[in-house]
Amino acid sequence: MSMTSLLAITPWPALSAVVLLALLVVALYFARRTAHQAIRAVTDALGRGLRLASHAVARGEEKLAARNREVLLSAGREAKERIVEREFVRVGDTVRKDLASYPTLHRALSESIVRIEEDQEKAVEVPPEAPGWVQAVKVIANLDAKNGGTEILEDIHKSMVRAHSEAMDDYRKASGERHALLRKMMPDWRRIQETLGRVNKNVESVLERALAIDRHMQEYDDMVRGEDRAVSILSSSSLVYFFVSALVLSVAAAGAAINFTLIARPMAEMVGGTSFIGNFRTADIAALVIIMVEISMGLFLMESLRITRLFPVISALSDKMRRRMMAVTFVILLLMASIEAGLAYMREVLLQDELATSALLRGDGVTGTANEHLWITTAAQMGMGFILPFALVFVAIPLETFVHSLRTVLGLLAIGFMRALSLLLRVLGNGMRHVGTLAERIYDLPLFVPLWIESRVAANQASHEQELASIRELASMNPVAMEEPRAWQEAQS
Amino acid sequence: MSRPTRYRSVAAGLVLLLGACGGQVHMPRNTGLYLLIDTSGTYNRQVTKAEQIILVALSRLQPSDSFAVARIDTASFTEKNIIAKATFDDRPSTANQQKRAFASRVEKFIDESAPAPYTDITGGLLQAIEFLKEKNPGRKEILIFSDMKEDLAKGYVRDIPLDLKGFDVVALNVTKLRTDNFDPREYMSRLDSWKSKVEKGGGHWRVINDIDRLDGLLQ
Repeated sequence: MSMTSLLAITPWPALSAVVLLALLVVALYFARRTAHQAIRAVTDALGRGLRLASHAVARGEEKLAARNREVLLSAGREAKERIVEREFVRVGDTVRKDLASYPTLHRALSESIVRIEEDQEKAVEVPPEAPGWVQAVKVIANLDAKNGGTEILEDIHKSMVRAHSEAMDDYRKASGERHALLRKMMPDWRRIQETLGRVNKNVESVLERALAIDRHMQEYDDMVRGEDRAVSILSSSSLVYFFVSALVLSVAAAGAAINFTLIARPMAEMVGGTSFIGNFRTADIAALVIIMVEISMGLFLMESLRITRLFPVISALSDKMRRRMMAVTFVILLLMASIEAGLAYMREVLLQDELATSALLRGDGVTGTANEHLWITTAAQMGMGFILPFALVFVAIPLETFVHSLRTVLGLLAIGFMRALSLLLRVLGNGMRHVGTLAERIYDLPLFVPLWIESRVAANQASHEQELASIRELASMNPVAMEEPRAWQEAQS
Repeated sequence: MSRPTRYRSVAAGLVLLLGACGGQVHMPRNTGLYLLIDTSGTYNRQVTKAEQIILVALSRLQPSDSFAVARIDTASFTEKNIIAKATFDDRPSTANQQKRAFASRVEKFIDESAPAPYTDITGGLLQAIEFLKEKNPGRKEILIFSDMKEDLAKGYVRDIPLDLKGFDVVALNVTKLRTDNFDPREYMSRLDSWKSKVEKGGGHWRVINDIDRLDGLLQ
């Protein structure tokens, strides 16, 4: 039924419109309770659904956070194990290198000490002999002078003086020898001091390593216990590693792009300049493949050297096999680098040829002029062609860091996203309740006239009931007083 | 997903991928260019300008492209009229050598060009169509360096529909004749008739008169 036919129910469209509106309002009024229930049911259902979804997302976020934490701690533990292992290897090296010669040192020290002891014994000062002359002189002095005691005493005196001077000479000689022995002890002392200093240094180095190991073990312990501090440190470290490795990888990508430019043009000479695979030139793809193969060889080389650990299979190989793999990958890299250097040279030759042809076609006539410094650019290109493959080998290190940190970063991003989604769903779920109330109010808006009438009627009824209630109350308190008005009412009727 | 089903899906994906790649691999991407040079009457003096166009074309053509230069004279529907032709090698260095050789052959022709009494443009166009169809490049372009005034000798039938589907036909340096100056409608009707002839054959028609601005050529 069209609007025109609806407006034609009376001869006057305005009246028809008013009638229709009135009918609509009446219909809406009578359907009000049901409509309100329907609105409430829909909004409540939506709200509950959204809140349920929010809870589900929150649970998912918690699970993801737990998983992320687990992965982070696992990666941290693995990294820490590697560090501790390396520290132990260093300690082992130090002990093997420095303390392996400890028996030799000990022997040298003992020999030095024995020599010192011997020298010291030799250098002991011999006490002067007890003067045997004194008693004899006393006896002779008591003799009578006539018996020639004076002469004897003089002789004794002379002998004593002579003996004294001889004893003094001997004493000086012995002292000199002792001093010489003590002087001889000096190098031994110095040697002992140096040896002990060296031992001290080695022991200190081992102690430092032990302290570092202690620190790492403490951190490892925190990780094993799954402490929040350890997770926080690992998380922030992962973010830093991610950005740093991304930066280094972008630099490596720029290097690879330069490498690509160096070899793409001459590759056209090898695989043709006009064949395509998909939308890409075969020469470009071939150049890209060469660079990718170089990067792969670099990865394998780094794995064989155990600098990176992206492929557990390579790390698990025996040392002999690893060394073979190392040699093979290095030889392949060397060959690739040599090929690239050749291609870079070819590029320069082709460029010159193309320039000469262009000049001829333009009619410049400058084909014969040759740049005498051209060899510099040629050599530079060849050098870059040779060096870049080896430089790209080191991409493996940031790549490993990037791959490991990417897991954490993606996890953090996913957690953030899920948290925001959960919040949004919760807000929407709560908002649905208010939306329901708003929808009811909007429904009631065109029904303001019947609602006003309804409220007036309800108010009148309420006041009437209140009056009746008050009258009943009065009647119960004073029944006689109520008779008069009743008689008056009967008379009136 | 069970294992055989998974393998089948992977195989189907690979086949589709290869099919998509293969379809594009076999589609030719090279260009075929055929230049007709009018050597009739007074227009023969313009031939030196054609050399400039040839050199520009040579500098823009890539390996695997085909290029032929032929003259328009009394009877143009013949291979004898082809002055130089080449399909450039896939390798850029060899293609450069071919371009140099091509340029020297064209130079020799320009020096020795003699005027022809009649102008058989349609015959030249038919020869160009035949040449380019045989080469089957991805893009076919015919350049006509002429005043576009056809003047056939007695006995030559050229009222033949041209099959120019997928061809670009470019008229270069269409000079005005003395009679065109008296009545420019002649010039315009001449160009219109060629345009309708080319478009009726399914080709795309273009005119470039300023040969110092050949930026739009081969692009």
